[in-house]
Amino acid sequence: MLDSILISILWLGGLGLIFGAVLAYAAKKFEVPVDPKIQQIKDLLPGANCGACGYAGCDDLARAINSGEAKASVCSAMSGDKLAEISKLTGVNSGDAQKKKAVVMCSGVGDLSKRKFKYHGIENCREAMIVMQGDKVCEFGCMGYGTCVKACPSNAIKIDHKSGQVKVDESKCTGCGICEKACPKKIIKLIPADQKVQVFCKSIRKGKESKEICSASCIGCGICEKQCKFDAIKMVDNLPVIDFEKCTNCGACTEKCPTKAIRKI
Amino acid sequence: MRLLLIIVSAVLINNFVLVQFLGICPFLGVTRKVETAIGMGAAVIFVMTLASAITYVVQYAILEKFNIPFLQTIAFILVIAALVQFVELVLKKTSPSLYQALGVYLPLITTNCAVLGVAILNINYNYNFIESVIFGAAAAAGFTLALILFACIRERIEYSPIPKALEGFPIALISAALMSIAFMGFSGLI
Repeated sequence: MLDSILISILWLGGLGLIFGAVLAYAAKKFEVPVDPKIQQIKDLLPGANCGACGYAGCDDLARAINSGEAKASVCSAMSGDKLAEISKLTGVNSGDAQKKKAVVMCSGVGDLSKRKFKYHGIENCREAMIVMQGDKVCEFGCMGYGTCVKACPSNAIKIDHKSGQVKVDESKCTGCGICEKACPKKIIKLIPADQKVQVFCKSIRKGKESKEICSASCIGCGICEKQCKFDAIKMVDNLPVIDFEKCTNCGACTEKCPTKAIRKI
Repeated sequence: MRLLLIIVSAVLINNFVLVQFLGICPFLGVTRKVETAIGMGAAVIFVMTLASAITYVVQYAILEKFNIPFLQTIAFILVIAALVQFVELVLKKTSPSLYQALGVYLPLITTNCAVLGVAILNINYNYNFIESVIFGAAAAAGFTLALILFACIRERIEYSPIPKALEGFPIALISAALMSIAFMGFSGLI
């Protein structure tokens, strides 16, 4: 009994050792010199391998940056100082980074917004859309079946089970924009990472109609536009649009909003 | 004569991909271009032939002799993994473009069931050493044949008017099924 255990261990270990030695020798013999810069650039990249830059992962992007094929700024998850370091490494100006984050622009979750019917199907927004364009009366509303949650490569999106609100964890979001493409209702948007105030509604219905189907919807009253001292809010199609360049995140608009559709993140 | 039968059987009648459904992953993964299909085929021929030889020696010189045949699977996988690593190192040095084109599918030969399959089938069929090596090479040749044929078909499909819903993988899977049916026609050959 003990013999067979010993023999097994010895032979398998021995085989492993022999192959290891052969491989080690081959690795030396067939060594391909790799530009050490590629490794250095790779270490500076986020390493999430999200693919948002259009290359097959961070390794491939590091190679492309090194060969001058791509600028480091194509990576949307890069911070400014890392970009500067890469610029130093390659000697090429990598361009300016503007870190972004995703926001889900709907507050009408759970019981706040009316549903056309009860959906008993695959838990996926794209599947739910096939049935009468989704179960929400509001065609701009988040259905909450979590397609974006599954799409997110960095696990930054969570659905709050109590309220049904889809939340993006800012500390984890890299701003790659994969969720933006995954959402069939197109209510996820990338905004500058330092932006605090945001309109959490996409409904372009008129106020009365909106109010009937969703108690959290923007009613297009325009109070926020009047509150803003910096002229950063414009009403377009019954919805306030924030000019991120002018917005100072003071929050004056959020205080008077009757439905709290515009608020701080 | 027996060797010839083994070859015909492994390449056509019991084609690994289209009849025994082993190694489907690279069959769909690297058949977008004929060039990569040939490269993958060559790598698999190399790995499978060598793996047949080495696993044969491992089986009869070590496992049977020391009465530890239950280690067959793990020992074979060890052999295959080491071989694939070796091929990867060589390819990286000698043909970087092929190495790039094969990408992740090259390390995936490690877990390619066709390679482990050929090693275990050799033992199950009680082949001797020469027969094992021939069977390994022929099975890999059959694999390559299937890959190249499929790549040719897919290159043509690329420029054909395919219904929108079937574009890409759906039509590839349908053509793979049709090819499989076609290869079943060989079953009465021997």
